[in-house]
Amino acid sequence: MNAPMVLRTALHVVALLVLPPLLLGVINRVKSIVGGRRGPPLLQPYLDLAKLLRKGAVYSRTTTWVFRAGPVIGLAATASAGVLLSMGGAPAPIAFAGDFVLFAYLLGLGRFFTALAALDTGSSFEGMGAAREVTFASLAEPALFLCLLVLARATGSLSLSGMLGPDLDAAWSSAAPGLLLAAIGLFVVALAECSRIPVDDPNTHLELTMIHEVMVLDHGGPDLALILYGAAMKLFLFGALLSRLVLGHGAGALASEALFLLGVLAFAVAVGVVESVMARLRIVRVPQLLVGASVLSAFALVLLLR
Amino acid sequence: MTNLTDLVFILVVVIDFFLLASSRLGAAIRAVATQGALLAALPLLLLEGGHQVGHVLLLAAGALAIKGALIPWLMFRAIREASIRREMEPIVGFVPSMVLGGIGVALAFAFSSRLPLPGGEAHPYLVPTALSTVWAGMLLVVSRKKAVNQVLGFLVLENGVYVFGLLLTGIMPVMVEAGVLLDLFAAVFVMGIVMFHINREFASLDTEKLSALKD
Repeated sequence: MNAPMVLRTALHVVALLVLPPLLLGVINRVKSIVGGRRGPPLLQPYLDLAKLLRKGAVYSRTTTWVFRAGPVIGLAATASAGVLLSMGGAPAPIAFAGDFVLFAYLLGLGRFFTALAALDTGSSFEGMGAAREVTFASLAEPALFLCLLVLARATGSLSLSGMLGPDLDAAWSSAAPGLLLAAIGLFVVALAECSRIPVDDPNTHLELTMIHEVMVLDHGGPDLALILYGAAMKLFLFGALLSRLVLGHGAGALASEALFLLGVLAFAVAVGVVESVMARLRIVRVPQLLVGASVLSAFALVLLLR
Repeated sequence: MTNLTDLVFILVVVIDFFLLASSRLGAAIRAVATQGALLAALPLLLLEGGHQVGHVLLLAAGALAIKGALIPWLMFRAIREASIRREMEPIVGFVPSMVLGGIGVALAFAFSSRLPLPGGEAHPYLVPTALSTVWAGMLLVVSRKKAVNQVLGFLVLENGVYVFGLLLTGIMPVMVEAGVLLDLFAAVFVMGIVMFHINREFASLDTEKLSALKD
């Protein structure tokens, strides 16, 4: 590894660790502006996290180690998934053939432990949230895999770095419609996986309709901070994936880093706009949306296989 | 030009999916109108030397006027008269019908290249799009309860047949196509009258109630 590569890998890790809460700030700002309010400062999520980290934790006596492990494993799994994803112009720090499966299942592992921690509280309310989250995740997973398969087919590579690498630019000129459909499917998956509107509303605490927020209701202080940070990082990962998928590379290392950051910010703005103009779907309609995303991605795959 | 044509074909298939998934009748009618308008653009996009330009222009204008404007207007009138807004419980649910549609589209794209065609393919997506649209239309006709939705299914089916007919634009005389469009218009007209009668007799457009008829 030569010096520039080390520098870019370091930059990658720093971006992965520092940027995620900023996306939440951007989304909130966009929602405020569309709603005609001034809104909280862009860096508010960082302040919230700092406040939560200074607090002490309260644990119910009915919980076991699983409850304490949940947030930590959730964040660790998401961060590990982030190391597999290539950002900016540099290939990912870790890349091997088939790492997209590991990427999907690291996200799955994080979700699994969050759901397990929710079940561990013994509260039927949290159990309901875990059931919903897992149901929708099982519907979002085929769509995610189909999108990644489209990428694999278009670029002829089985590693995320290769899928989002230079081959992608060539693939856009030959298979643009399929990739566009896959990008739309991936956007829907991102909204569902990160529990944003129209699937779930991260701000509401209305009992009947919440999904992700129910599961983390009993976490407080540093644990809640880890969960919020992990959720923001997941959003950042999907933003990174979509940004690379849609925008591709710039000419030169600096240009492609700038393009990448711009793409992630554009993703946050797009999520904010979607959240401003749409109401949350009824829960029975969510599977329809996710199956629709799967069918679109499957159609994209069919177009590419032909 | 070829990328634009690809896009039109793909949009037509995506509209098929949307129709299989949507419960709102108004949105479904708008989607069918959009599909009709897209189909009207296809003869122009597929135009090659050797076709008569006047013939193709006439075909596109006729399709745009009838599929994109006249029939949607009739359908909107029908749902306003019957004051219905949405399909509540279809015979096959929205998710299963979407999955069935997806399977049909995949099969159409996989096997259409094996079909023996007169005069070769005008565009690689033409035959699979036609087959998928016919399949989606058939699904809509058999799996929905409201008569308006079944009519929409019939329209989608006809759209598929129209796409298939584009293979033959060079051969088919303009009178035949004008006749087909007129037939379609007449069929929708008749169905509108039938819907009016169903609605008046049963105070609803649910075709399930027709099976409970007694003399």
